[in-house]
Amino acid sequence: MKKNLIQLNNLSFNRGDKVILENVSLTVKQGSVVAIMGPSGVGKTTILKLITGQLRPDSGNVEVAGKCVSSMNHKNLYKLRRNIGVLLQNGALFTDLDVFENVAVPVREHSNLPEVLVRRLVLLKLQSVGLRGAVELMPSELSGGMARRVALARAAVLDPALMLYDEPLAGLDPIGASTIIRLIRDTNEAMEMTSVVITHSVEDMMQLADYAYIIANKKIVGHGTPDELRQNTDPQITQFLNGEIDGPVPFHYPADELTQDLLG
Amino acid sequence: MPAKKTKLITLRKPVQIVGRGILFFIQVLTSFRPSLKQLKAILSQVYFIGTRSLVIIMVCGFFVGMVLTLQSYLELSKFGATDSVGTVLALSLFRELGPVLTALLFSGRAGTSIAAEIGLMKATEQLSAMELMAIDPVQRVVVPRFFAGVICVPLLTALFNLTAIAGGVAYAVYIMGVDSGIFWSNMLSSVEFQRDFMMSFWKSLVFGIVATFIAVFSGYFTTPTGDGIGRATTQTVVVTAVLVLIFDFIITALMSWT
Repeated sequence: MKKNLIQLNNLSFNRGDKVILENVSLTVKQGSVVAIMGPSGVGKTTILKLITGQLRPDSGNVEVAGKCVSSMNHKNLYKLRRNIGVLLQNGALFTDLDVFENVAVPVREHSNLPEVLVRRLVLLKLQSVGLRGAVELMPSELSGGMARRVALARAAVLDPALMLYDEPLAGLDPIGASTIIRLIRDTNEAMEMTSVVITHSVEDMMQLADYAYIIANKKIVGHGTPDELRQNTDPQITQFLNGEIDGPVPFHYPADELTQDLLG
Repeated sequence: MPAKKTKLITLRKPVQIVGRGILFFIQVLTSFRPSLKQLKAILSQVYFIGTRSLVIIMVCGFFVGMVLTLQSYLELSKFGATDSVGTVLALSLFRELGPVLTALLFSGRAGTSIAAEIGLMKATEQLSAMELMAIDPVQRVVVPRFFAGVICVPLLTALFNLTAIAGGVAYAVYIMGVDSGIFWSNMLSSVEFQRDFMMSFWKSLVFGIVATFIAVFSGYFTTPTGDGIGRATTQTVVVTAVLVLIFDFIITALMSWT
C-alpha cells in the first residue's frame, strides 16, 4: 500500500477575524495526482501555502513526507522545499533572465555541477516541455502557455518528489491547457512524483486527477475519484461541478435587503 | 475613544515601520556571504546601478560647479576677492554639496529603479518563487543591490565633485578670466585631506547606506500592486531626502566637534 506523502490534520486558518479554512483534513498518496478544487477565493491557494510552509495554521498541522511542516524552522523548511517543485499561477519567471538561465537557477543554487552538466540538464528539461528551441528567449517574448511550460521545467529540474501546481490552466487557450495537462501527467509518471493540482477547471481535472477534493464554505465538502464525485448528489458538489450560478455558494455577497438599502 | 489611546494607535504604525526597518537592516547585513557568487552579483549590480546614474551625475555635477562659481564670483567680486572662487567651490563641494546632491540624485535615478524592480518582483511572485525554490530572496535580490549601492554612492560622489570642479574651472577660468594658476593653488591650499576630503567620503558612505537601504526596504515591503509600487518609489525619494539631510547635520556636527 502506498504511503501518504501529504497529510493535513484538522487544519484551521484565519486571516484576521475571517475564517478561511476550518477543520480541513486531507491526504495525498505517494505517486498520485490529486486535485484540490473549489470556487475562487475559497482557500485553495492557502492550502498550497500551508503545505509549503509559507503560512502557518492557527490549529492542526501539515505533514509532508512524515515531517511536520507547521512547526519547522526556516533552515529545515528550506531543506524540505528543495524536494518540492511549485508551479505558481503566473509562472513567476525571473524577468531579467532568459529561458535557459531561469531553468538553471535551482541547479546552480543547490548543486555544484560543472557548467557542461548544468547545460545538459537544463536542455533535457526544456526538451521535455518542448521548448529546447526557446533557450535564448526572454520571458517577455513568451506566450502565457510557453511561460507556464518554462516554469514547469524550472520547478521539475531537480526531479522533486512532490510537485504542486497552483491554477496551472488559468488563462490558457485549449491547446495550451491540454499541453500542460499532458505534461503534468507525463512528468508525474516519468519521474515517479506525486502531484497536487489546485484548480477550478472541472472537466480538465476530472480527466487528469486520480483523486479530488472539493472545498467550499471553509471545508472539504466532498472527495473521491472523478467518477465517485460525478455520481455524488450533494448540492454543494453538483453546484460546483455543473457550474450553477446560485446554490449553497450564493450568487449575492451577504448584504441587507435590497428594498431596505434603496428606500433607506 | 480616549485621546491617549488614539495617540497610541497613531504612533503604532511608524514604530512598527522603524522596528521592521531595523530588523531588515540586520537581516541584510547578516545575509551577506563572502562567496564568489555573491561578489559577482554585487559587481554586476555595481555596473547596472553605476551606469544608470552616471550621466545624470556628470551633467548635474558640471552645472552645479558652474552655477556655484557664478554665484560666488558675483559676491566675491564686490570685495575684489575673485581669486578665492576656487576655494569656495571646493569647500562647498567636498563638505556639503557633493555628497548631499549625489545621494539625492542617486535616490531619484537608481533608488526608485531599485524599489520599483524589487516591488515588481514581489507583485509578479518572483520573490515567492525564490522562497519556494529554497533560495533566500534577501540574499539573492536585496544584498547585491544594497552593497552595490553602498559602493556606488562614494564613487559617484567623487565623480560629481570632479565634474563640478571641471564646471567651475570652465566658468571661472575660461569665461570670467580668473588666472588658472591662482585658482588651482588657492583650491589646493584650502582643502584639507582629513577635514574636507574625508568628510565628503564619510558622508557619501552613510548617504549610500541610507539611500540604498530605503530603496530596497520600500521595494521589498511594498503592497504588491501597481499602486503599491508607485507609493514605494515616491517613498524612496521622500524618505531618503529627509534622512540624508538629517544625517548630513549629524555627521557635520560630529566631525566639526572632533
